[in-house]
Amino acid sequence: MSFAISLPNPWQRGRFRVSYLARHARRHPLVLIGGGLLLILIALTLAAPLYAGDPLKMDPFVRLQPPSAEYWLGTDNLGRDVFARTVYGARVSLTVGLISALVAASAGLLIGVLAGYIRSFDNVIMRVMDALMSIPTFLLAIALISLTETGIGILIIAIAIPQIPSVTRMVRSVVISVRERAYVEAAVCGGARLPKILWRHILPSTLPPLMVQTAVVCADAIMTEAGLSFLGVGVPPEISSWGNMISSSRLYLSIAPLTIFAPGILLAITVLAVNLFGDGLRDLFDPRAKRRS
Amino acid sequence: MVYYILRRLISAIVVMAMVGIFIFLLIRLTPGDPAAIIAGPTASEQMVASVREQLGLNEPLPVQFGQWAQNTLRGDFGTSVFAGRPVVQLMKQRMEPTLSVALLTLFVSVVGGVTFGILAAWRAGGFVDRALTVFSALGYSLPVFVVGYFLIYVFAIHTRLLPVQGYVPIGQGLGPWFAHLILPTVALSLPYIAFIARIARASMLEVLSEDYMRTAAAKGASPYSMLYRHALKNAGAPIVTVIGLSFAYLIGGVVLTETVFNIPGIGRLVVDAINNRDYPVIQSVLIVISGIYVLINLAVDLAYTLIDPRIRY
Repeated sequence: MSFAISLPNPWQRGRFRVSYLARHARRHPLVLIGGGLLLILIALTLAAPLYAGDPLKMDPFVRLQPPSAEYWLGTDNLGRDVFARTVYGARVSLTVGLISALVAASAGLLIGVLAGYIRSFDNVIMRVMDALMSIPTFLLAIALISLTETGIGILIIAIAIPQIPSVTRMVRSVVISVRERAYVEAAVCGGARLPKILWRHILPSTLPPLMVQTAVVCADAIMTEAGLSFLGVGVPPEISSWGNMISSSRLYLSIAPLTIFAPGILLAITVLAVNLFGDGLRDLFDPRAKRRS
Repeated sequence: MVYYILRRLISAIVVMAMVGIFIFLLIRLTPGDPAAIIAGPTASEQMVASVREQLGLNEPLPVQFGQWAQNTLRGDFGTSVFAGRPVVQLMKQRMEPTLSVALLTLFVSVVGGVTFGILAAWRAGGFVDRALTVFSALGYSLPVFVVGYFLIYVFAIHTRLLPVQGYVPIGQGLGPWFAHLILPTVALSLPYIAFIARIARASMLEVLSEDYMRTAAAKGASPYSMLYRHALKNAGAPIVTVIGLSFAYLIGGVVLTETVFNIPGIGRLVVDAINNRDYPVIQSVLIVISGIYVLINLAVDLAYTLIDPRIRY
């Protein structure tokens, strides 16, 4: 199939070539814009102690202040620095989003490869995935959380589990199309063991679409975390997260709108960066898709 | 055809059964004692025991499942731990606001999204097309609750054009009902307009390059007739599919939107249920919503033959 040959793949002679990606990234500005934005956000978050104040310090005398030289974005209803809380909130959102996405991607990869390559597993696994997909992701996350004590670890798992089916489906479809290729058959004939076939011959083809899917999942995970925290069931209230900030400020919308819009806008920018990065990766790995849509 | 419908029906029933088993096992297999968590941290030993009794957690697992499945199939979803009333009753009360928001959003998204997508495809690379690219990037990235507060701030607090929050039942007048729904609908529809528009555009682009479109243009058909009579009918199937699939995402948005706009719907019921650890309510809403999702997608699959008579099974 000509499709297989035209698909650019950073895996060349069994190794992942970063230089390949770098060469092609120049022609796909979205990867650079999205990735650049993400890097800036991560750098700003890591450097937060250098320029932002203490996000936890409360001062009842400066409640709901407008922006000033000392409080760049004003203060919230407990007299906390909105700027500092927004900047530190990025840590929570990015960490929870990235780890959830990695958990979902690894689980989905494992299950998808098994379902795609070992036919006797396929039907059972995919019916379970169909069932999981029929439950709206956000509601499933809520149900998982409502059954356990709150905490960041539980939160990450509750966000990751509903995302597993979409990753599994994608990986499985790639594995099924690769399974019949001549080089896999050659490896089987050559007496390669199952783990080696999966690791050396099947896994590499799943990685480019998996990276795209992981970006999609990551954007969704960041949104879900913010949404859950906004409902008061996500990150514990003593930690500054964007969802928590918006939730605790919602009564003060007319007096101090920045307490809601500062974290809200940064949240939107973060999700936008991840989405752009994902779209860019998709163009990079599958140039046909760009022409088509 | 009959064979296909039967097979599709059976697979829908199988999926629904799996959903049921999954939701049933969720509470039983979670580490820790669910009865203790539902009863809350301040509950006495006795209260925990009574919650366990009420939820039937003392019976062996297969017995529990048999009872639960039987009750659920009969439409008996159990009793709310917190309100002490049947869950079905609670859900019925909350149905109207949620349906109003969801259906209005669906209508706006389909009309807006399809129109946007068609116009973008009509002059691919033109202004509308580029506007769609920007709009969809934003639509996917703006959280519904942030957009919601922004709309409240601009249209309710600042300009006082629309009511801030709340819901007025449709029985108390169409005007107030609609006025309260405008902002929630706009906030909720943005991502769906973007989503549907992108699919509609891709699907239209494929159709527009067909021979019969050139024939239509050659015989002097007006652009309107070309797009709506010739192209859209042939591009319909993928569009209808995504409308079914996006329902699952819509529900997550509904929960958040209802919280922002203080609408007493199913979403608020769920949020209150989490805070009260009212698991029977959460479980029932999960079952009902998943059931609706499975039914919608079943209907979509079966509707293909109506949309496109060329499809035969």
